[in-house]
Amino acid sequence: MFENLQDKLQRAFKNLRGQGTVTEANIHDALREIRLALLEADVNLLVVKELIEHIRAKALGQEVMTSLSPTEQVIKIVRDELVALLGKDTARFQFASRPPTVILMAGLQGSGKTTTSGKLAAWLQKGGHRPMLVSVDVYRPAARQQLKIVAQSIKANLYEGDERGEPAGPALVERLAKEARREAVNSGCDTLIVDTAGRLGIDTELMDEMAMLKALLGPQEILFVADAMTGQDAVRSAEAFHKRLALTGTVLSKMDGDARGGAALSIRHVTGQPVKFIGTGEKPDAFEPFHPDRIVSRLLGMGDMMTLIERAESTLDRKQSEAFAKKALSGDGFSLEDFRDQLRQIRKLGSLQSIMKMLPSVGPFQGIQQMADQVDEKQFVRVEAIINSMTKKERNNHEILSGSRRKRIADGSGTTVQEVNQLLKQYAQMRRMFKDMGKGGGAMQRRAMSMLGGMKGMGR
Amino acid sequence: MIQTLFGSLDQPEKRSVFDRMRDAVARTRESLSDKIEGVVALTREVDEAAFEELEGVLLASDLGMSTTGAVLGALRERSRRQAICNGAELKTLLRAELLAILQARDSLPKRVIKPPEVIFLVGVNGTGKTTTSGKLAAWYRKQGRTVLLCAADTFRAAAIEQLAVWAQRAGVEMIKTRQGGDPSAVLFDAVQAANARRTDLLLVDTAGRLHTKTGLMAELDKMRRTAQRIIWDAPHEVLLVLDATTGQNGLQQARLFTESAGVTGIVLTKLDGTAKGGIVVAIAQELKLPVRFVGVGEKMDDLLAFESEAFVDSLLGTA
Repeated sequence: MFENLQDKLQRAFKNLRGQGTVTEANIHDALREIRLALLEADVNLLVVKELIEHIRAKALGQEVMTSLSPTEQVIKIVRDELVALLGKDTARFQFASRPPTVILMAGLQGSGKTTTSGKLAAWLQKGGHRPMLVSVDVYRPAARQQLKIVAQSIKANLYEGDERGEPAGPALVERLAKEARREAVNSGCDTLIVDTAGRLGIDTELMDEMAMLKALLGPQEILFVADAMTGQDAVRSAEAFHKRLALTGTVLSKMDGDARGGAALSIRHVTGQPVKFIGTGEKPDAFEPFHPDRIVSRLLGMGDMMTLIERAESTLDRKQSEAFAKKALSGDGFSLEDFRDQLRQIRKLGSLQSIMKMLPSVGPFQGIQQMADQVDEKQFVRVEAIINSMTKKERNNHEILSGSRRKRIADGSGTTVQEVNQLLKQYAQMRRMFKDMGKGGGAMQRRAMSMLGGMKGMGR
Repeated sequence: MIQTLFGSLDQPEKRSVFDRMRDAVARTRESLSDKIEGVVALTREVDEAAFEELEGVLLASDLGMSTTGAVLGALRERSRRQAICNGAELKTLLRAELLAILQARDSLPKRVIKPPEVIFLVGVNGTGKTTTSGKLAAWYRKQGRTVLLCAADTFRAAAIEQLAVWAQRAGVEMIKTRQGGDPSAVLFDAVQAANARRTDLLLVDTAGRLHTKTGLMAELDKMRRTAQRIIWDAPHEVLLVLDATTGQNGLQQARLFTESAGVTGIVLTKLDGTAKGGIVVAIAQELKLPVRFVGVGEKMDDLLAFESEAFVDSLLGTA
């Protein structure tokens, strides 16, 4: 659906070749494309305007370098400009000189404060801290119950507190917060994460309550939890919260979707505070420090190799992959059983679409991002079903797969004999390819190919 | 305000749906119409600068590039043909243009031959599905229909408890299972219960899921099939719950949820904030999905039937 900025710029610049400098006239189209890309990514209109002016000023009159094409040159300027706006200091935490360090979570309804509170606690625990969680959301039904379940699932300390039938309101919130802090001190917890009710920046009463919490607890961090899918409104809500509370940072939630996350730029612009973390899934460990350069690539639709590699490293079983590579490259070749293991590993990385979208659209991967929308994810399922319908003996020795066996496998997996045949053909090709590679080629290339080979075969 | 056991002594003022809808989008209107007034006032004649300014206004309300482009394209064409020469006429044209987009709908809700009517609520995480389920239950109850709630969000912590509170507030019964249970299984039970009790309406609160998670989207398809095993034409309505703060990603959400879950309409929530919810215009433009309800607060009656005229009028300040 999204065409990436690089392709668009390439078109805008097709007439630029042979000219010495980038001039006002020929940059006009390019700037329009940049503006579109940023707006499609939900960067706020005013922020876009300002950015475009910066970029124009930088790009104008620049020598066209021989080493870089004009497209590359402009993209570099855009990238640098965006990274500069987002800043470098991420995921740094202020800790109190006298514990407990208090972290106040703020945000609109449904932005993901409760889930994020749990993830933050898990992250702190991993870093050797002893966090305590408390929810002062006395308004939304079952909100406090939700945090309790989250805390249990990550085995974190929780101050449950007792509402004692008190009506929901600032008085109850104040009491719970006070008690939680006392409890944190008594039980030797060094951080207290306070999950608050979702509220609108324009809701004066609830913002007063937030200010009361700030005055009461003196938090070291006030984190604004924002949905990565937020549009133009991000500026207004962030501004309202920042004005009242002086935020210290942002957590961008739901980044595992396909939203471009332009809200990050808007929020950073109005608050001047860094985005510190991103939430990347529903599991407690789907939480990462924020890297400005990576989100810039994503904003511009230029892939996110670093995240892909990191995700691969943390989810793939390295030993198994290496054993597979060794076997695949040796004279014996890999079996269908090995093939299935590899498939399962790749699927752990996420949907094929999301993987393909993280690849840059240059060099060997050209066109892959565009292909991503046509990929049939079910193909993976079908292939695995076919292999599952084989006996162990068949999986380890594909040569015994006679016509009648293939028929049985097709019936068992709910596919057709043609599909079984096609899988076997692809398998044979890949096997041969790997064996040939085993005779030459470096180790790195082998690793890269082992992943790609699997994907290309599947994503017809 | 004097509080009594039974609530406030002050008579709550009765306000029409139209008024409340207008209040809800008043903030949207202020900013948007201020800007449009600005454009209108500045330009006695309609020139290119006026269009560019309008473009900025529409973009700032999350209409998105392609819808904004389409609206402005049509506006240019018509203003040229009708020799529009002042801002006020341009505004009338813009109103008509936006209304036409919002009112063009392909899908009408299925005629329910025999109750129960089954309604799914779907959407990404945190848009307000559970809250909307509760409010909808109350809304239909007010219309004198019998309602049963199905807590099919078995994934998120305390989602079932949250819906239980709403069920109690709305005075309807709820079918549930334990957290982590199979959503299709509880749905099956709920459809059977609704069938047996001859309930008019079954509201199904599903778990939030990002539209990119193919496995979770397939689960919605399975739920459809499960419902159809008992009632062949269920679900009769699938409502996509969309947060008014959503940006351009809303379009992709609408596309993919329509693909897997067969969305028939939209509930636009959190319209009481500063967000404009303009993305529904883009969705209506591309997918012809009508907005059916808007959520304007956290209270039980903070749910209104969508009125496109009121929405657009409020948006443009022409009411």
